[in-house]
Amino acid sequence: MSGGHSTYSPKTGIGRWIDARMPLPRLVHDSFVSYPVPRNLNYAYTFGGILSIMLVAQILTGVVLAMHYANDTTLAFQSVEKIMRDVNSGWLLRYMHSNGASFFFIAVYIHIMRGLYYGSYKAPRELLWILGCIIYLLMMATGFMGYVLPWGQMSFWGATVITGFFTAIPLVGEWVQQLLLGGFAVDNPTLNRFFALHYLLPFMIAGVVVLHVWALHVTGQTNPTGIEVKSKTDTVAFTPYATIKDGFAMVVFLAVFAYFIFYIPNFLGHPDNYIQADSLKTPAHIVPEWYYLPFYAILRAVTFNIGPIDSKLGGVLAMFGSIAVLFVVPWLDTSKVRSAVYRPWYKLFFWLFVINAIFLGWLGSRPAEGAYVIMSQLATLYYFAFFLVIMPVLGLIEPPRRLPNSITEAVLEKNKGGSAHPAGANAAPETRG
Amino acid sequence: MKKILNGLAAIGFLLAGTAGAAVAAEEANHAAEPTHFPIHKPKEMDWTFAGPFGTFDKGQLQRGLKIYKEVCSACHSMNLVAFRTLEDLGYSEAQVKAFAAEYEVQDGPNGEGEMFTRKALPGDHFPSPFPNTAAAAAANGGAAPPDFSLIAKARGVERGFPTFVFDIFTMYASNGPDYIHALLTGYDEQPPAGMEIAEGTHYNPFFIAGKSLAMAKPLSDGQVTYEDGSPETVEQYSRDVAAFLMWAAEPHLEARKQTGFAVMIFLVLFAGLVYATKRRVWANVAH
Repeated sequence: MSGGHSTYSPKTGIGRWIDARMPLPRLVHDSFVSYPVPRNLNYAYTFGGILSIMLVAQILTGVVLAMHYANDTTLAFQSVEKIMRDVNSGWLLRYMHSNGASFFFIAVYIHIMRGLYYGSYKAPRELLWILGCIIYLLMMATGFMGYVLPWGQMSFWGATVITGFFTAIPLVGEWVQQLLLGGFAVDNPTLNRFFALHYLLPFMIAGVVVLHVWALHVTGQTNPTGIEVKSKTDTVAFTPYATIKDGFAMVVFLAVFAYFIFYIPNFLGHPDNYIQADSLKTPAHIVPEWYYLPFYAILRAVTFNIGPIDSKLGGVLAMFGSIAVLFVVPWLDTSKVRSAVYRPWYKLFFWLFVINAIFLGWLGSRPAEGAYVIMSQLATLYYFAFFLVIMPVLGLIEPPRRLPNSITEAVLEKNKGGSAHPAGANAAPETRG
Repeated sequence: MKKILNGLAAIGFLLAGTAGAAVAAEEANHAAEPTHFPIHKPKEMDWTFAGPFGTFDKGQLQRGLKIYKEVCSACHSMNLVAFRTLEDLGYSEAQVKAFAAEYEVQDGPNGEGEMFTRKALPGDHFPSPFPNTAAAAAANGGAAPPDFSLIAKARGVERGFPTFVFDIFTMYASNGPDYIHALLTGYDEQPPAGMEIAEGTHYNPFFIAGKSLAMAKPLSDGQVTYEDGSPETVEQYSRDVAAFLMWAAEPHLEARKQTGFAVMIFLVLFAGLVYATKRRVWANVAH
């Protein structure tokens, strides 16, 4: 996978026998042991590993939950409560799974932001980035359908609102919506197909993750300097260096995750989802899960018609556009410098983008009225301007800071001047092979 | 370029300021005839089950069960809670059996194909006071009283920014019990002059979905007799029944927090060990 020369040499007879027939141990060795990674990766680069274990955790808890879940509108809500009350450790599995979805998204948002900050999407990693965007889309679909399964009030009304978006599409909209629902309104057929798809999509995510990791191992990782690996001194072996660093980050991440599961398991949920779905009672404010809120705010920000496009279709287009724009980021960024570390202006606009995205999330949780609408419109404007104006223009006009010649040089420079890393001063790169 | 930056910042502050002022103005308009509910936020109470080492006060849960049985259960079902789980409240198996036997449940069909009623067993759930939702609605002016199994998790007044951020660190998770307590003790407040209260409804500024609700004040001082000497006041009743409903909604709360403590200790220690190993592995590599 690494594309380089394999250093794997089986020591035992049986190892050589297997290697000549089906070299899986060689693949694992080359991908996760000898695979060279830049020596200067910081903790922002550990979220890929964290996402992998979150995916595994979601699939494992999900499979067990599915053994106890009843996929029928008259039973679903009660079956979830049976898991919470009567199944051994059922409350733990269910809280792990529901909070796990949130933490999966927290990790993926940090992972995406890392990519945007360090320019990880730039050539030759465009496909790697696009595969990541596809994973994110699949995650959104999976999360949305999973939220419908407990058949609470927000499940039902969230599903009604979100599938309703599709009716805005001209000509085929109604047909698409009915295909999703399996009828004219959210009902048993909807729950059945959502459950089937909620079980299927995580395995599709796992498949795309394989492609994502494959693409990563072809191009190699970027690093905070954005300079490509030039010599062996620029890299360290994946094991033990990256493994132990990723491992530490995972444990810290899991500790935060555990804090939510055991102490505030319902903090990220909505109280209304503990009320069984009722098609005759609309909740006062229908809000999606927190991780969709920025997009929900963008959807509702379009309150005006644009020529032949009415506000409803305009909102849907803006919402889908806000995700679609991610796919073309590699071609929107015109800068020759990859990392924001050497781009003072991009750095500023990037952090404004992050604050703006969080602000959009908060706006998504507010009712769409009064000043909130104007604030949403301004925030939406900045969201798109960041990608469509700032990225292309800034790359052409921004004078970058001086770039070091290599990763090794950057590392040595940092350690020489910094009193923050006293241990680094006596460590020459040559000390390890 | 610095000028541009300053300009941008100024515009940002200006926008934020106008937006804030607009929101404040809107809030002021609503004071006379509110459109956002509840009118008053619930008071934060001290609960024994709050915090990382929280446990239920069994005496309080038993008193709460008494309130539910003697007052609430006339209208509110609790159909996800089985009698057998009442052993959590400190009752013996025999006591639970006797308690269940005070209820009648429908069973059947028997050998002749007839439905029959029998005394409830510990494995049965609390029976509903009404045969079905339509009957419950018909008997209560059109709105069926909500089921109480999950009510302590199904109600929560929005905390607002920035309180909800602090809640993460204070582990605040008592929105439900706080709300129930506030609602039950909130009936004595009089509506402000000029406010119209729809007929057949009762003003309560703590009600989450409007200025008044169909349920009349359910508790009054001295209504339920306590055998353990606790004060027989609406305040005490409300706290006890709110705690009981929290237990009903989250029966494994204690196990959750106890497991959580072990898990957290493990993860923190493990993180320390992994970190020490990581330092060792990277000791000779500048990075």
